[in-house]
Amino acid sequence: MKLFLIPLFLMMLFATSAEAVEPDELLEDSRLEARARALSVDIRCLVCQNQSIDDSDSDLAKDLRKLVRKKVKEGASDEDIRNYLVTRYGEFVLLHPRITSDTYILWFGPIVILLAGIIGIFTFFLRHSKNNSIQPSLVLSEDEEKRISELINNRG
Amino acid sequence: MRQLLFLLPLSTFILLAAYFGLGLTKDPGLIPSALIGKPAPKFDLPSLMPGEKGINEHDFKGRVSIINVFASWCVPCLAEHPIWMQIHNNTSIPIYGIAWKDKRESTMRWLEKHGNPYVRIGYDPLNVFGIEWGVYGAPETYIVDKTGRIRFKHVGPIFPGLWQSQIFPLVEKIRAEK
Repeated sequence: MKLFLIPLFLMMLFATSAEAVEPDELLEDSRLEARARALSVDIRCLVCQNQSIDDSDSDLAKDLRKLVRKKVKEGASDEDIRNYLVTRYGEFVLLHPRITSDTYILWFGPIVILLAGIIGIFTFFLRHSKNNSIQPSLVLSEDEEKRISELINNRG
Repeated sequence: MRQLLFLLPLSTFILLAAYFGLGLTKDPGLIPSALIGKPAPKFDLPSLMPGEKGINEHDFKGRVSIINVFASWCVPCLAEHPIWMQIHNNTSIPIYGIAWKDKRESTMRWLEKHGNPYVRIGYDPLNVFGIEWGVYGAPETYIVDKTGRIRFKHVGPIFPGLWQSQIFPLVEKIRAEK
């Protein structure tokens, strides 16, 4: 009955993400093409903001893909190309923001909060266990010990 | 003071929630331009009109100018067009046009039909200007000051309200600078 699900499952297993790159955009040199691909995966399409230019079908994404390939072909380094785009479109064009003084909070904020939490929990329990050991009310006084043994004895 | 410490996580949460909640009400389409305060990027475009002078970044020096990226296929460009006609007719602010990703004949026909408010128009069918200036859609409007620096950028159509309340006062302010 559920046999028909198997091909469906296989189809899902082997499905690759759809790519927007068109055949005429590809570079002949496969090494350069691979570099261009790796770069464009990390560049935001500013029209459809949460897609990379590698995914997006928009006109602007196509122009930027062509631009990246042109620059790669001309021998620009990855960093050169990123800088070129950032000076024109802003830091926002990178899907993976760089670590600069503007993005310290973004990168390190969560770690700082996590550390603060761990330290908080640690000191909380530490103080508690210390308090327990010295809290006089928890240690029975001599009188109390005597009364307890009396009570136990009386029951017998 | 010590006893109130237990309120810290809750108050932190409320503050963060309020901050993010506020963020949700903002338009994610508004991206600050990377070029504000920087010299206008280099470019050199031929004129849309055959036989006329083209535009490059040196043309903007000496006067506060408006640069408007438009296209005949762009509906919001048509929506904002009346404001450019008005500015052209009533003020001396030069408006430069960039005919973006369009066919020459289509742009010319569009201008004939709706009027031409531009002192000069650069022809950019291949998005050369667009990439240099970080354009990501038409219409887009820039204000460049006398020294050739970009002072303002607006993405999307400009309507009379926005022009009166923000852009015109800004142009006046920049014009008054030495």
